[in-house]
Amino acid sequence: MSATDTSTTKESLRGSGRARRADPIFRGLVLVAATSVLVVLAAMIIRTTLDAWPVFDAMGFWGFISGQQWSVGHSRSEVTGTYGAFPFIYGTLKISFFAILAAVPLAIGIALFINEIAPAWLKRPLASTVELLAMVPSVVYALVGIYFFRLYIWEPVGQFIASSPLGNLTFFGPPVLLSSYWSAANILAIMILPIITAICRESFAQVPRDEVNAAYAMGATRWEVMRKVIVPRSFSGIVGGTMLGLGRALGETIAIAFLIGASQRWAPQLFFGGDAMTSVIVNTFADAAPEAIWALLAIGVTLFLITTIVNVLARLIVYRVGQFSGDAAL
Amino acid sequence: MSVETPTRPDRPGGHVSLAEKAPNARRREGASRLMTVVLGFTVAAAIVPLVLLLWQVLANGLPALSLDFITQVEPLSYRERGGGYLHGIVGTLYMTGVAAVVVIPVGVLAAIFLTEYGGSKYAYVVRFFTDVMTGTPSVFVGLAVYALLVSGAGGAGLGFGTLAGAAALGILMLPIVVRSSEEMLRLVPEDLKNASYGLGARKWQTALKVTLPAAAPGITTGAILAVARGAGETAPLILTALGAREVVGALWGAPQADIGLLMVDGFTQPFDAGIERAWAGGFTLIVIVLLLSIIARLIASRSQAR
Repeated sequence: MSATDTSTTKESLRGSGRARRADPIFRGLVLVAATSVLVVLAAMIIRTTLDAWPVFDAMGFWGFISGQQWSVGHSRSEVTGTYGAFPFIYGTLKISFFAILAAVPLAIGIALFINEIAPAWLKRPLASTVELLAMVPSVVYALVGIYFFRLYIWEPVGQFIASSPLGNLTFFGPPVLLSSYWSAANILAIMILPIITAICRESFAQVPRDEVNAAYAMGATRWEVMRKVIVPRSFSGIVGGTMLGLGRALGETIAIAFLIGASQRWAPQLFFGGDAMTSVIVNTFADAAPEAIWALLAIGVTLFLITTIVNVLARLIVYRVGQFSGDAAL
Repeated sequence: MSVETPTRPDRPGGHVSLAEKAPNARRREGASRLMTVVLGFTVAAAIVPLVLLLWQVLANGLPALSLDFITQVEPLSYRERGGGYLHGIVGTLYMTGVAAVVVIPVGVLAAIFLTEYGGSKYAYVVRFFTDVMTGTPSVFVGLAVYALLVSGAGGAGLGFGTLAGAAALGILMLPIVVRSSEEMLRLVPEDLKNASYGLGARKWQTALKVTLPAAAPGITTGAILAVARGAGETAPLILTALGAREVVGALWGAPQADIGLLMVDGFTQPFDAGIERAWAGGFTLIVIVLLLSIIARLIASRSQAR
């Protein structure tokens, strides 16, 4: 009796051949899923580069980047226009720079306030409010920028600066236009604020509490602790967050497209209209001939190149600081 | 004659009493208090624009918001009042839905690879490029999908439509799903997995029947946030969905509408009725995105409470 029993138990314990193959199959399945990420990325890069190649070929990569004239041709098969993307690259870099200039100090301040000053019951609501800024769709920012912010805030402030002694400098000089680098930089600053704040908060939270308490025990005031312990300790986190914000700023599209002026030219002033890489793509795509689409793809590839370099640097810095969790990592 | 300073015989060797404040203490405390106020202002600098934005969207969108807005399509003329964004709402949900159905399973499986077989060099490469993909400009994704799927020259030649739009949104959602799922899977305690292995479960059984259910609430939260991100995108859809003036059911072959695209069409025309509808569309979009993120938060907090 017992003999037959043990044999059936042994039999049921032994895995069948099919079950043994299940693990390799499972491994293959998840491997394929993971590889799909790389395949999609590679397909995007290769296809766009191939399509943009005639333009790079005709203009030369350097000629494309530094050329100041953008006059679109109408051919279906060859490159007949002149494609110099400098006005767009200049505009993108200019508005991103000023957006960062405004957003980083604000983000550090907000992160310090939420982490170190706000009472416990206020931390969560404040953090959610800042995150809400990131949830608002870009197209809504465009709408509010066009019909509210630029009319009642940015343009008057621009007028004020241009009529002050600063206005004697070409850079801050008049005229002050409604759609300008200034307006675009302002909306960008608001839009990238949440991600920089999130990364700053995470890196401030990773400062060893012992060091903070030690500073307090030595008699440091709250501000001294923030300035001399927390911020220096989180420096690379702040740099990483800034780079991620810069990446976002470079790639932002809709809000910029309707606030920068879409002039397809560049101007040295801040309050004058210009154009950016993303905005020329969406603004001129609808009526672009095939060769013009290649040129837009060439801008897209250049933009991808720039943002990827920025993002890779940012990731390397952020990785070094440590693991980030939740939305901050995105 | 000078005022005699009181001497302190109780301070041998120049030791300062702990109760005594340093001469610059007042200034330092003042600076600290001042900076507290300054930091408070930086918080206001973030909250004020948000409040202004929400107020503007609500105030300007209200005249156009009615039941019609979600049950009717837009009138052909931007001068005409009434009508709504039914086609846009359908298009947005359709494209986001198709993208989510394809991308979430793939993303979660990729995340399982990263956690279960995460030690390899290849996993590191995948993780790194996923992060790079998170930062890809959405307009570049739009261009790439145009070149890959929409365009007939070198692409699949599907034309503008639902599938192309969904592909663009899906590519934007994929890295978010992968990375957030990976983090959630990582949080599952090793003991739980070891218990499963101890009972004789295979790796695939452990991964799918133990680890995945344990991480499910977190994964769902991340996935919903990714969907919310996708639903709010407009730029790539300009290059892939193109926009339509009626409800479109076709998966490909016909351009698809989207709330964001309709808004752009409306607010770039100088007619009050169209602009009002754009505001109402903005309101709808914010409501959709907020609802999704509230659901995500609820799932997250409920699972934490357990």
